[in-house]
Amino acid sequence: MSLTTRLNLSEMAAMLASGEASSRELTTECLNRIGAQDELLNAFISVSSDAALAAADAADKQRRSGDAGLLTGVPMAHKDIFCAAGTVTSCASRMLEDFISPYDAAVVERLAQAGMVTVGKTNMDEFAMGSSSETSYFGPVKNPWDLSRSPGGSSGGSAAAVAAGLVPMATGTDTGGSVRQPAALCGITGFKPSYGRISRYGIVAFASSLDQAGVMALTAEDVALVMQIIAGFDERDSTSADQPVPDYMASLEASIKGAKLGVPREYLDAGLDPAYGAVVETALDVYRQMGAEIVPVSLPNLSLAVPTYYVVCPAEASSNLSRFDGVRFGHRAENPRDLEDLYKRSRSEGFGDEVKRRIMTGTFVLSAGYYDAYYLKAQKVRQLITDDMTRCFEQVDLIVGPTTPSTAFKLGEKIDDPVQMYLNDIYTVSANLAGLPGISVPCGMVDGLPAGMQLIGPHFAEERVLNFAHLYQRETDWHTLAPQGTERQP
Amino acid sequence: MALSKKDIDYIAHLAHLEISADETPMYMDKLGRIVEFIDELGSAQTDGLLPMAHPLEMSQRLRADEVKATNERDRYQQNSAVTAQGLYLVPRVIE
Repeated sequence: MSLTTRLNLSEMAAMLASGEASSRELTTECLNRIGAQDELLNAFISVSSDAALAAADAADKQRRSGDAGLLTGVPMAHKDIFCAAGTVTSCASRMLEDFISPYDAAVVERLAQAGMVTVGKTNMDEFAMGSSSETSYFGPVKNPWDLSRSPGGSSGGSAAAVAAGLVPMATGTDTGGSVRQPAALCGITGFKPSYGRISRYGIVAFASSLDQAGVMALTAEDVALVMQIIAGFDERDSTSADQPVPDYMASLEASIKGAKLGVPREYLDAGLDPAYGAVVETALDVYRQMGAEIVPVSLPNLSLAVPTYYVVCPAEASSNLSRFDGVRFGHRAENPRDLEDLYKRSRSEGFGDEVKRRIMTGTFVLSAGYYDAYYLKAQKVRQLITDDMTRCFEQVDLIVGPTTPSTAFKLGEKIDDPVQMYLNDIYTVSANLAGLPGISVPCGMVDGLPAGMQLIGPHFAEERVLNFAHLYQRETDWHTLAPQGTERQP
Repeated sequence: MALSKKDIDYIAHLAHLEISADETPMYMDKLGRIVEFIDELGSAQTDGLLPMAHPLEMSQRLRADEVKATNERDRYQQNSAVTAQGLYLVPRVIE
């Protein structure tokens, strides 16, 4: 079989359930598409064809025996930050180029138990540090809508792979917008749940008070199906939230009549491209037509969100990445003169420029004499920003706005200016600072490139966020737009 | 605030990174721009606020003091370049 269209997760699940296709056929199709398109996209760091086909056969056997789950046999990909036993988990870094994970991340384990078939690991910014997927040791990912542009980052490989139809779903991680921003720039649906909702066990740590796993797919309904499997308490992650997991599918169709959506006034002054803003405004009309009310709210400290993030996040990163010392795992420098030389050269050779820059920034803000002025101050401003969000949710059900200030930018355009790159996160970082769930859904096109609308909810209001996103997608078809094929031309 | 070569060398030392003389001007420029950017925080009114270290109001969970994990040292050490008799080897520290 050869599929001519891009299928979403639910469609593949339905084909498997009806017997229209086997997991081997769907998995083979994904592998063929990766073979045909990934030379241009560079969305994958590794492809595990043999293991995928073996898992597909096992899934088909399970289905024949009558005990298959909804997603048994559906192919997918993991961002290469999730540890998967026996395979390289590189984090797109020379540091972990040869690191073979001895265990599975909780997310990997749960999706495998549900019978999903992993076809490979996706490319990303090195150690998830970036907003363009250009800092990867394995080269930049290309945006399937325009190969001269970035897919966003850090989960750019996952976003590009899903947008191009190489897989119907891929995992991502979101520390400052790394699921939602690439989802917006590639025209797919990307969901970051509340901090603590999904176990971080086995995800290479970046900034521990901000990191959260996420789901990248074509629809909010597909996200809900995957969330049902991966959400929930895990004692192996000390920050995992011990809260019951609701039935995400059950509330997808709930009426939003009378609901209130808040648009922060400050969003307009944050460098938003007017054409992008107009597209989001049109999207809000869809909610109005469904009986929801759009009301202005205020996030008075929005302009401080990115500076706060770029203190807290590098500080935590510098601490987390101190474990890479050339001794127990990761790159080790040749012929060290002494222990200090081993540490310094292993780290300097193993880490790329952006990672070193973040470690240096983090070390600086934590150093004697600067700790109070930067790190402690940022932690206080983090509380201020969180209080602003909490106040908004006293007035509205969700906060809504653009996911990014503009559509996909050219590769190389921002890479030499860290501050310009960081400002791409203006609409997404607040949800990480406050630990809130957020989703980006495709809401229109600007000059041939996708734009994303972001919905942010209160803590653990994943159901509501998915409900609003799903109803928008029921009324619109932006999420069904696919980029032209990226097959290599003869 | 601008960062000097001395600042960069000191931060690199604390971070256990080796920054070459050629790279130092790049770090002075880019790190300088980042520091200028985060200096905006100084304008925020934060009197009376406690620092927020974590997004959820939860305390550290405790568990029973029971052995659950088994010793898998040999498997874990497969990721190390140099081990001997279960030990990780590093350059000599004490002469």
